[in-house]
Amino acid sequence: MADFIVKALAQTLHTFSAMVARFLPRLLALLIIVVVGWITAWLLKVILRRVLALVRFNSLFDSAGLTQLLAKAALPTPSELLARLVFWVVWLIFILFGLAALEIAALQEELSRVFLLLPQLFVALVILFVGLLIANFVSRATLLAAVNADSPSPRLISAMVRFVIITLAGTMALERVGLGRGVILVAFSAFFGAIMLGLALAFGLGGRDLARRVLERHFLEKKEEDQGISHL
Amino acid sequence: MSEEGFLPDDFLRQIMAAGEVDILVGVRSLNNRDTIQRIISAVRVGLVKYFPRERAALVNLDGGSTDGTPDLVKSAAAPDFRTLLAADPLRTMHTLTTTYSSIRGKGDALHAILAAADLLRAKACALVDPATESITPEWMDALIRPIYREGFDFLAPVYRRYKFDGLLINHILSPMIAAAYGCEIEEPLGDQSAFSHRLAAHYLNQDAWQQDLMRFAPEIWMTATALAGDFRLCQAFLGPKLHSAKASGTALASTIQQVVGSLFSCLEMHESYWASHQGSRTAPLFGFVYDVDLPPLRVNRKRTLSKFQKGVEELTSILEPVLSQPTFRHIREVARLPEVGFPDELWVKIIYEFAGAFHRSVINRDHLLQALTPLYLGRIDSFLTENHKSGAAQVREKTKQLCAQYVSLKTYLIERWNAKA
Repeated sequence: MADFIVKALAQTLHTFSAMVARFLPRLLALLIIVVVGWITAWLLKVILRRVLALVRFNSLFDSAGLTQLLAKAALPTPSELLARLVFWVVWLIFILFGLAALEIAALQEELSRVFLLLPQLFVALVILFVGLLIANFVSRATLLAAVNADSPSPRLISAMVRFVIITLAGTMALERVGLGRGVILVAFSAFFGAIMLGLALAFGLGGRDLARRVLERHFLEKKEEDQGISHL
Repeated sequence: MSEEGFLPDDFLRQIMAAGEVDILVGVRSLNNRDTIQRIISAVRVGLVKYFPRERAALVNLDGGSTDGTPDLVKSAAAPDFRTLLAADPLRTMHTLTTTYSSIRGKGDALHAILAAADLLRAKACALVDPATESITPEWMDALIRPIYREGFDFLAPVYRRYKFDGLLINHILSPMIAAAYGCEIEEPLGDQSAFSHRLAAHYLNQDAWQQDLMRFAPEIWMTATALAGDFRLCQAFLGPKLHSAKASGTALASTIQQVVGSLFSCLEMHESYWASHQGSRTAPLFGFVYDVDLPPLRVNRKRTLSKFQKGVEELTSILEPVLSQPTFRHIREVARLPEVGFPDELWVKIIYEFAGAFHRSVINRDHLLQALTPLYLGRIDSFLTENHKSGAAQVREKTKQLCAQYVSLKTYLIERWNAKA
């Protein structure tokens, strides 16, 4: 009996040591890959930062107002943002490769899913980025047009335009990564429809007098302005 | 010739039939049914009266009028010169007509007129605006003689206007051109002008034809290019300028965007010229200058002050990156006053800072120019309040002082222009 127990223990110990012996090199490989990945990503970040500074990458976005937008959101400049993005993407890829080197079946399956999701995630980020750019541009144009047309609450109108565009871009981005595809679409449609219906009711029923005043002011005072000073 | 390429075949045939001329008068029209026939008559009478021995051509470029303007030009009968001048014309006056793309704007029409002038070997060319109702035959002499007889290359008009007419010209265009290019011209956006064959050829050789500024205000480009090319410039007094009712229809923000944007684009184009140019002189003025009682414009100041104050408050996020901190702080102080007092120095600094921001593309350029509108209204409100009871001569003196302020602060323009983003 004692012999059997000793044999079983020895067998278990042997198996365990064999497993450890098999796992340790993989763990070491993971660590090496992660460290090499970090160095590679860091080098790429430094090089990219210098190259972008040389080609004055930030100035491309200055006129579109992106630099200001990022600054307002307490985010770094576009070149720094891109450098950091490249760092994290490259390091993440190395980490995933390292995890794959562990050869754990359950993990492999999850990793392949993550790898499949990466392109979608990238597209979603691009959609969000472009959405932010468009929202910023259009909201600024709306603000200027509203101020120059002497409309009431220009900043509110501008903020609403911005909110709608960012919401639309966010919805599209989330749909791209497959998060609650139907739910988001339905929620957005309901939300947007509610806003439009609310505005229509508010303006049609509650704001008839206001609408009349706005139209009167627009047309009558425009006429007055035409009769006024000549600028050219 | 390269300029033949874009001219329609029919127009080229008309040019070939006309051969060579000494004087060419270009009339760009767009729905000018009410005035075009009178303008054409004034041009013809003026040419016959003052240039009876010269070969002349009248070129009409129509931007797609829907009111029958081109037909009126073609069918316009020659005036009875014997009754008008007690003389008959010695030469045949050619009338050439064609169309231009109003989508591509005024620049397209100007390009065609210049090409025609070049092909016809015209020694002097005049441009006439059919929306100006006060054109008389004498304007032809005033416009063409300094070019044709005195050897000048470019002529800008000088009008007698009501004291509050042409405020954008007085407050931005004219003084900024004087400061940057070193030449005081009262009407750098002159819708009536004249130029020599030499300058026409120079214009045709420029690369600006496809640029946006040519769509909206090619007149500014013409003036600035003549100055930057060191051509001989002069001015001619034409008398009172009365606009046709249709002439003012564009919103102020769009007008500022187009006109000031064109001026800033010209500054970018001619940077190497004006950055090293110092001082300012007045272009020689031809013609007998006289004062005339003009119908006053009813000034509507009800909303200018509120638009300025509201604009400064609402556009903080846009104005902050465009203007320097002291300037923006000063504007906010001015906007808080119950009655705006906009000092000349502050106004000049605003314009120079906007020019610098335009050059560096601090924000989208169209947005930048639109953001100038409320500030301009503030300045105008202040100017109107200050000069409400002043006479026309006093107002002209004030605009001269503003021009001197622009010239004295030119180093600030250069500083802002070259500032790092």
